[in-house]
Amino acid sequence: MEATKKEQNFIVSVSPHVKSDETTRQIMWTVSIALLPALFSGLYFFGPKALFVTALCIISSMLFEHLYLRIVEKKSVVGDGSAFLTGLLLGMNMPSSLWSFSPFTAHVPVIASFVAVVITKQLFGGLGFNVFNPALIGRAFALISWPKAMTIWNAPSAAFFAMDAKTTATPLGILKEEGVTKLIEVFGDKMSLYQQLLTGHRAGSIGETSAIALLIGGLFLLAKRYITWHIPVSFLGSAALMAWVMGGKTGLFTGDPIVHLLSGGLMLGAWFMATDYVTSPSMKTGQIIFGVGCGLLTMLIRLKGGYPEGVMFAILIMNCFAPLIDRGFRSKVFGAVKQQTSAQAKESAK
Amino acid sequence: MSNQSSINLKDLFLNGIVKENTIFKLALSLCPSIAVTNNLKNGVFMGVAVLFVQVMVNLTISLMRNIIHPKVRLPIFMLVISGWVTVTQLMMAAFVPDVYSKVGLYIALIVAFASILARAEMFASKNSIIPSAVDGLGMGVGFLFALSVISFFRELVGKGSLWGHAIINTKPLLIMILPAGGFFAVGILMALFNWINARYAAKAAHASH
Repeated sequence: MEATKKEQNFIVSVSPHVKSDETTRQIMWTVSIALLPALFSGLYFFGPKALFVTALCIISSMLFEHLYLRIVEKKSVVGDGSAFLTGLLLGMNMPSSLWSFSPFTAHVPVIASFVAVVITKQLFGGLGFNVFNPALIGRAFALISWPKAMTIWNAPSAAFFAMDAKTTATPLGILKEEGVTKLIEVFGDKMSLYQQLLTGHRAGSIGETSAIALLIGGLFLLAKRYITWHIPVSFLGSAALMAWVMGGKTGLFTGDPIVHLLSGGLMLGAWFMATDYVTSPSMKTGQIIFGVGCGLLTMLIRLKGGYPEGVMFAILIMNCFAPLIDRGFRSKVFGAVKQQTSAQAKESAK
Repeated sequence: MSNQSSINLKDLFLNGIVKENTIFKLALSLCPSIAVTNNLKNGVFMGVAVLFVQVMVNLTISLMRNIIHPKVRLPIFMLVISGWVTVTQLMMAAFVPDVYSKVGLYIALIVAFASILARAEMFASKNSIIPSAVDGLGMGVGFLFALSVISFFRELVGKGSLWGHAIINTKPLLIMILPAGGFFAVGILMALFNWINARYAAKAAHASH
């Protein structure tokens, strides 16, 4: 009994066995720090409700992770910050209006956290084994289960303690329902539309509104070399291209890529969700294909689909393809010779 | 014929429910079981239909086992199965037309159930009538059990009702009655079933020591 207990303390790990000084804990907390600017802008525009929703997601994610690991008698790794990061991302992907008691919708973040941490991550074997991005599955589950509660958007208000916020439509919602002229009319003129989209003075999920804050976080991760440019650039680039080509009502090449780039969850998705190590391809060619797929699917859903926003479903769909892409675009084995095709073999035989 | 007496009928019956449960253990016939189980009534009727077809097919094949030529056995199995499925279809259309209008398509699909053909091939064509009937009964009851549990869970959580009667009066988890929720429900219940089984087996092993 004593011996088996001791053996259980050793963790069997797969390769690579050569490790850098960077630990999971360090990466998770750094990514969380990179999300802070966007979180603060969300708190600034949506007030204490946004704080409550995000805190609820973080606390319940960590609690569920701890409880699950206790129930299945594994060592609790709640301190590595991965559950914290999942909760933070989930909270930043939810509307602040969820903190409401009539009708009661405060259970939505809790159940979404359960789905994210326990069903999407732990049941598949824990961190590193999940097929899908946990925070996005949590959000997709909530959006499909409570379509109404998840799409009540509070209007941004700089008055911090305004508890009774007005509700309004998101820019993409207006774009889908009434077109681009109405959108410009709502925000004043074209320049102020761009400006407000950039700073985040618009309705939307807590952490997705401020493009500039997300960009700061993304560039910070890029500078720290925690992510590479391949996924974000190919994701944003293909989405912008598609918006320009297909987005216009009057014909090809008349769309407005800037509105599409700055609205919805595109910035948050491209910098923080699609770049998740576990659920994206690991080779550079594969990452570009992954990013382009995300961008095209996002714009396809936005322009032709039923939902006004498609970043979440696009990333989830491409998550399924990540293992396949990884198989198709393996790194060249060191010292390996390119295999000859039969025609080349005949040629060399002559 | 000598090995017939050695078959324990009780074990044979339980085999289909626990050890070789079509859905929870073999993970067969998942398409119809996800499609029809968004309410309890449809789930139970689908289960009963499969139970009936499985028992009757096993009986018929077992009766005919000595006159079927081995070379043409599969076409004959298929003919027998589709015959009994047609009987089931017509009976359901006559007696429970409201259920039939929703699950009719999947009733016809019973013809293609791997589990039914497998039992005909592996068991009924080699054993006498009574063990074959008990085997079919076990497999069918196991299927009915799985479908009932899944549809009970999905209707209760997804619609807040059971057999069409409202039970819970709050906003339910809408996703559970959609196809995506079917995968969630089947996955979770499959894990739960196997977990309970493993604990039970561990306990039995412990007791025998």
